[in-house]
Amino acid sequence: MAHTEWRDAPELPDFSLLKRLARDQLIFLLEQLPGKKDLFIDADLMSPLDRIANVTILKQHEVDKLYKVELKPIVSSSDQLCFLIRPRIQTVKWISDLVNADKVAGRFRRYKIIFTPQKFYACETVLEEQGVYGDVTTDEWNFYILPLDDDILSLELPEFFRDNFLEGDQRWVTTAGSALHLLQSVYGSFSKVYGIGRCAKMVYESWRELMEEGEQRTRQPEFAKVFLVDRDVDFVTPLCSQVVYEGLVDDLFRIKCGTVELGPDVTSSDKSIKVMLNSQDKVFSEIRNEHFSNVFGFLSQKAKNLQTAYDKRRGMDIQQMKAFVSDELKGLKQEHRLLSLHIGASESMMKKKTKQDFQELLKTEHSLLEGFEIRECITYIEEHINRQVSMIDSLRLLCLLSITENGLLSKDYRSLKAQYLQSYGIKHLLTFANLRQLGLLEEQQAGETLTVMESKVGKLVNDKTVGKLTDAFSSLAKKSNFRALSKRLALVPKSGEEYDLRVPRDMAYVFSGAYIPLSCKLIEQVLERDGWTGLEEVTRMLNGQEFAVTGGSSSSEARNKTDAQRIVLVMFLGGCTFSEISALRFLGKERGCRFVVVTTAITNSARLLEALLDNHA
Amino acid sequence: MAFVTANWNPLGEAFYRKIELYEMGWNLKDGLRECLVAAAPYGGPISLLKGHNRRSPSDRPQLEIYSSSGLPLASFPWKSGVVKQLGWTVSDDLLCVQEDGTVLVYDLLGGFKRHFSMGNEVSQSQVLETKIFHSPYGTGVAILTGALRFTLATNIDDIKLRRLPEVPGLQGAPSCWAVLTQDRQSKVLVANGSHLFILDNTACTPVTPPGLSPQASSIVHMCVSFSYKYLALLTDSGHVWMGTSNLKEKLSEVDTKIKTPPKQMAWYGTLLLFPSAVVMWDGLLIVVGECKETIQYHLDDDSILVPELDGVRIISGTHHELLQEVPGACEEIFKIASMAPGALLLEAHKEYEKESQKADEYLREIKEQSLLSEAVRQCVEAAGHEHEPETQKTLLRAASFGKCFLSNFPPEQFVSMCRDLRVLNAVRDYTVGIPLTHTQFKQMTVQVLIDRLVYRKLYPLAIEICRYLKTPEYQGVSRVLKHWACYKVQQKEESDEVIAKAVSVKLADAAGISYSEIATKAYESGRTELAIKLLEFEPRSGEQVPLLLKMKKSPLALSKAIESGDTDLVYTVVMYLKNELNRGDFFMMLRNQPVALSLYKQFCKHQEQDTLKDLFNQDDDHEELGNLYVKASYKDQRLEARIALLQSAVDEYYKAKNEFSAKTTEDEMRLLRFQRLTGLWLHNNLQCTLSIQKSFLPQTFDQKCTLLFMIKTKNHNKYCCLSHRDMEGAAEAAIERRNESEISTVLSRCSATTDHLLMERLNRAKATAVKK
Repeated sequence: MAHTEWRDAPELPDFSLLKRLARDQLIFLLEQLPGKKDLFIDADLMSPLDRIANVTILKQHEVDKLYKVELKPIVSSSDQLCFLIRPRIQTVKWISDLVNADKVAGRFRRYKIIFTPQKFYACETVLEEQGVYGDVTTDEWNFYILPLDDDILSLELPEFFRDNFLEGDQRWVTTAGSALHLLQSVYGSFSKVYGIGRCAKMVYESWRELMEEGEQRTRQPEFAKVFLVDRDVDFVTPLCSQVVYEGLVDDLFRIKCGTVELGPDVTSSDKSIKVMLNSQDKVFSEIRNEHFSNVFGFLSQKAKNLQTAYDKRRGMDIQQMKAFVSDELKGLKQEHRLLSLHIGASESMMKKKTKQDFQELLKTEHSLLEGFEIRECITYIEEHINRQVSMIDSLRLLCLLSITENGLLSKDYRSLKAQYLQSYGIKHLLTFANLRQLGLLEEQQAGETLTVMESKVGKLVNDKTVGKLTDAFSSLAKKSNFRALSKRLALVPKSGEEYDLRVPRDMAYVFSGAYIPLSCKLIEQVLERDGWTGLEEVTRMLNGQEFAVTGGSSSSEARNKTDAQRIVLVMFLGGCTFSEISALRFLGKERGCRFVVVTTAITNSARLLEALLDNHA
Repeated sequence: MAFVTANWNPLGEAFYRKIELYEMGWNLKDGLRECLVAAAPYGGPISLLKGHNRRSPSDRPQLEIYSSSGLPLASFPWKSGVVKQLGWTVSDDLLCVQEDGTVLVYDLLGGFKRHFSMGNEVSQSQVLETKIFHSPYGTGVAILTGALRFTLATNIDDIKLRRLPEVPGLQGAPSCWAVLTQDRQSKVLVANGSHLFILDNTACTPVTPPGLSPQASSIVHMCVSFSYKYLALLTDSGHVWMGTSNLKEKLSEVDTKIKTPPKQMAWYGTLLLFPSAVVMWDGLLIVVGECKETIQYHLDDDSILVPELDGVRIISGTHHELLQEVPGACEEIFKIASMAPGALLLEAHKEYEKESQKADEYLREIKEQSLLSEAVRQCVEAAGHEHEPETQKTLLRAASFGKCFLSNFPPEQFVSMCRDLRVLNAVRDYTVGIPLTHTQFKQMTVQVLIDRLVYRKLYPLAIEICRYLKTPEYQGVSRVLKHWACYKVQQKEESDEVIAKAVSVKLADAAGISYSEIATKAYESGRTELAIKLLEFEPRSGEQVPLLLKMKKSPLALSKAIESGDTDLVYTVVMYLKNELNRGDFFMMLRNQPVALSLYKQFCKHQEQDTLKDLFNQDDDHEELGNLYVKASYKDQRLEARIALLQSAVDEYYKAKNEFSAKTTEDEMRLLRFQRLTGLWLHNNLQCTLSIQKSFLPQTFDQKCTLLFMIKTKNHNKYCCLSHRDMEGAAEAAIERRNESEISTVLSRCSATTDHLLMERLNRAKATAVKK
C-alpha cells in the first residue's frame, strides 16, 4: 500500500446492528402467519435476504418451500402462501391473478404479502381493483438498509434511478428519508447536512418531517455530517470505464450484493465460484482500491510472501510444526485460496484490458474528458458502433461525448444516431428518447437561446402554464456545463505530467490520473468550506438546488472533536460506483476522516444505461 | 378529632360512614318525586325529567341536567316521544330511551348528538322496561318489550342488536331483572316469581341461588355489583340474599323484616373487604352486610342511590351524600383509642403543635416498634380518603412531621398524594361538582378526568390540572386546546377571521396539535372557509389532504399532496379524482401537475395502456405517442400487427415533425417486410437483404458502412453481390483510413474484370500504408 494511513482513523459504528433489526422484524412478520407456509421471494430480493436471514433461519420459522417470483403460474401444495416482494404493481397483479385462479378452482388458501421496504397505495389499489383486497393480508418489512461492507450501506433499490430521474416518480423519496431516519435513530443525530439536487432536497425534507414527528433522542452522534447527492448531478463519473480493481471486477464480472461469481475461466476449474468481496477478505481489502496496473505486481509479491510463510516449515521440529499447523496454516490456506482467485481474476482482467482496443477506448474517454481531438473521438465512436463492439459501450461513449461537449452538433447527432439504430436496432429509438429526457444525449439547440424563448412565451400565457413551461425548459436546458465545471474545479489534471499510479496524489488516480470524479470533488470542496460559499458559480452550473443545514445535535456537541465527528455519511441517490467509493476512501485517508457511503444501489455504466433501455419485448 | 368518628356506624367488623358531599344547588319544588332521574357514576352529572308521562303538547315535560352539586348545566322542554328511561354513557352522554325503542343521545350540556333505534320488534311491541348498563365494551342498553322479550345492545357506539330467547312461563312483566356481564358476554337475569333464569344469546337456563331461604315465594328486587361479581336478591319475605353473580356461592342472607317492596337496591363497591348492599324504601335505608346485623338510616326526602366503585351516593332533593365503608387507614387512625402507628403519629404531631413534650413520647413509642414509616404511610393514605380539606391537611402535616425522623423514606407517595388531593379538591369544588374519591380518581385516571372537564367545557381548569400534574403536552394541554378549538369553531356568532386568529394564537406553541381535526369540525358545522383557513396552519400536508378532498377542494388537495412529497398521498388523490371527475377534467387537472401526471403514467403503464394513449393524445404529444407505438410493436409477435403499429408510429412522428424518427421507422418497416423474420438488425441481415434488393437501403448507409460491412462479412463464404459503385465507395473509405488490412479486405473482393482501376489504386495505397 502506498498510502500513509492516518494513525487515528476513526472507528466506524457497527452496522451489523441494522441486519439484526431487519432479521428480528422479518421473523416477527413470518410468525404472524403461524404454521407451515411457502415463501415466494422477488428475484432481486433473494441475495439481500440471504444476507439478513439464511434458509436455516427461514425454515426455523416454518417456511416450507422457497420460490422465486417468476410471474408465472405456481405449483405449490401449501395452504399458506407468503410473498416477500418489492412494492411493484406488476408483482401485485400477478399475486391477484393467482388468488383469483384459486378462487375459480375453489381452493382455499391464506395469502400474506410482505412489502419491503414499504407498502404503496398503488399496490393496494391494484388488489382492490382485482377484487382480492379482502383475501390477502398485507404487511411491511421495513428493511431499508443492507450493510454491504464496513463502509457501504445499500438500499438495494436499483429502480430508484429510473423511477426518480426518468419517470419522475418520487415514490422512493420517502424510502430514502426513512433510511436516514433509521440510521439516525440507531446511531445518533447529525450535526450538519449538506446536499445538492432536487431529489436530495426532497429526501432531506421527508427525513426532517420524520424527525419532527418522532421523539427526540439526545444521543452522542456517531456521524458528523451527511452529504446527499443526486446521481444526475454527475453523470460523467459513472459513464467512465472503471480501472480501480473493485470497480473493474464490477464492470467485468458484475458484483451482486457484495458477491461476485467467478466463472470457470477465472477459477481454472470446471465450475464457477461465488466469492464475497468485502473487508473480511484480507487480500481483497488490500487491492480493492488500487489501480489495476498495480494489482498484478502486488499479488505476485503477496504470493512470494506466502511461499516464504509456507517455507518456514522446513527445518522445524515437531513442536514448532504442531504450533504452525494449529496457528498459522489455516490462515495461510485461506489466504492462499483467496490469492489464487484474485490472481485468476486479475489475469483475465489483464487479458481483456491490456489489449489494444481497451487502451484505445481509454484514450478516447480521456480525450473526451479533456476536450481534446474531438473529431478523432467521433470517428472512433462511429467505428465502435459499426463494428457492433458492444451495444452498451457504444451508447456510453455517445453519452460521454454529449455530456462533455454540451450536446452534439445536429449533423453529428443525426449521423451517429442513424448508425447506432442501424447497428443495434430501431428499438433504441426509445432509448434515445429516454437519454434525451435525462440530458445524457442531446442535440445542440440551434437558433435563439432558451431563456429568450422562455421569456417571450412567458408573456403570452398565464402563470400556471409558465410554471409548467419553466419545468419543460429547465429539462431541456439541462446543460451539463461539464467543460466549465471541469475548469473551475480542476477535475482534469494538466496533461503531459507523468502520473505515478503507485503513489496517487489525488482522487484522479481512480481514472488513471485523467479525471477527478465530479461527485467526490464536490464533497471534498463542501466539507472543506463547511458549506457552499464560494461555490456559487459551480452550483449554478449544476442547476442549483444545493442546501446546507445545521442538524439536530447542538453546536457545542459538534465542536467536540470526537471520533464520530470525523465520520461523514455520503448518500448517493440513484446509485454510486465503486470508483467513487475508492476515491472517497482515498480522500478520507488524506483528510483523516472516514466516509460511509449510503447508496440506493451500486451502479456502473452498464447498469446505468441498461436502466434506460426500453426493451420489454 | 373525636368528631371524625361521629358519623361512623359499625356493621360486623367494619364501620360505615355517611359524608355530606353537597347541599344541592338546585331548587326543586317537589324534590325528586315523579321524576325520572339518572346520575352518572364517578361523580357524573344528574339528569331529571319531570312529568315524563305527560303526553299533551301544551304541557311538555322538562329535561334538566345538573352537576353533582346541583348546578344547572342544561334545561329544555322535551318535545320527542314518551321517555321510559334515562341513563348516562361512560363518556358522559345522556341516553333517553323512548317508548318506541328510539334512543336519543345528548351531550351533557343538552346538545343533541344522534339517535338510534333498538329495532322494529321493539318499536312494534313498545318498551316495557329498560336498563342501561356498563361493561368493558362500553355502554349498553337492554330492553324488555311489551311482548315480554329482551333485546340487548352491548355497545351503543357499535350497535349489534341481540334478541334473547323467550322466558318460559312468563305471563306478565317479570318481578325483576338485571343485566350481567359474564364470560365476555352480556346476559340477563330474570326473576319470575320465585324462579330465576339466565338468558344468554342462545338459551334460557333456570338457576337457583344456593341457600335461598325457603319461605320466599317471589324475588322482588335484585341488583348486581359494579364489577358484576356479586348479586343481591330481595325476596317478598324481606330477606336479602347475597352471593356471587354466577350463583355458585352464597355470602350471607339477612332478614330486613320489611316486606314491602323497596324503591331501590344497590351494591357497595366491590373493592371492599366486606361486600354489602343497600336497600332503600320510602324514608328508610338499610345497609346489609355479611353479618346478620344491619344499619338503618332515616331518609327525609325522596332519594336515589348511585352505586360507585367504593360506596353509594345518595341524592335527595336537598342533599348529596356519600355512604361508604370507612377505609382501613382511616379506621386505624381515627378509631377510638386506636394504638395504630398512624394514630400515634397524629397524636404526636398534635402534641408537637401544642409544644408539649408528649410529642416525643408518642414518637418514641412508634420508633421503638420501628413502625414510623408505616405510620407515615397510614397518615398519607388516610388523607387521601378524607373529604374535608382540613382533615386532609392535619393528616398530611402529621405525615410530614413523621417523615422528619426518617432517613431514606421515599417521598413519591407523599408528593403524589398532595398533588392528587389538590386536583381532587379542585374538581370537588361546588362550582365544578365532581365528587370523586381518591380510589375512584385512581381507577378513572387523569386522562379521563381531563376528558370529563373538557365535556363540561371547563377548559381553563383542565389546562391548569394538566400543567400542575405535568401531564405530557401531547396528552394534556394540547388535547384540551384541541377540544377548545373544536368548540370554538362551532360558535356561529363570530367571523371566520376572528376565530381562525384566536385559534392560531392560542394553539401556536402547543405541540402535537392536529389542525386538520379542528378544521374537520369546522367543516362539519358548515364553515368551509374557516376550515380552509385552519388547514393552512396544519404543518403536515398529509393531514390536510383527506379533508380537502371531503370538502371537494380537489385541486388544492392535489397540490398539497404533491407538496408533501408523499407519493402515496398523491396516488390517493389521483385515484380519488379519477373516479370523481370526468375524463377530460381529470386529464386537465393532471396536466397542471407534472408530478401527479408522471405518477399516473407509471400506473397506466402497468394497468391501463389505453389511458396512456389518451393522455398523450390530449397533450398532443405525438413524439411520446410514436414511442408508445414503437414499444407496442415489439410486444406483438405478428408481423402484420407490428407493421401496422409502426405505421401509426410513423404517422405520429410526422405529426411531431420528427422527420428523423419517422424515416428510421419507415426503413424499419421496409426491412421487416423484406425479412419476414424478426429480431435481427440491419447489419446482420444485410447479406440477404442486399442481395434481394438494394433500393430500400437507407440514404445514410454510406461509404464507410459499406466498408465496415465488408470487414464484418469477411469470413463468410457466400458474398453477396455489391455493385461497382459500392466497391468504389468502400475502397475510397479504406484508402482514406490508410489501414492495410482493410484495404486488403476490399482488394480481396474486387473482381479483376470489372474493378481493374480500383485494384490498382488500392494496391498503391496498400504499399504506402505498409511503408508507414
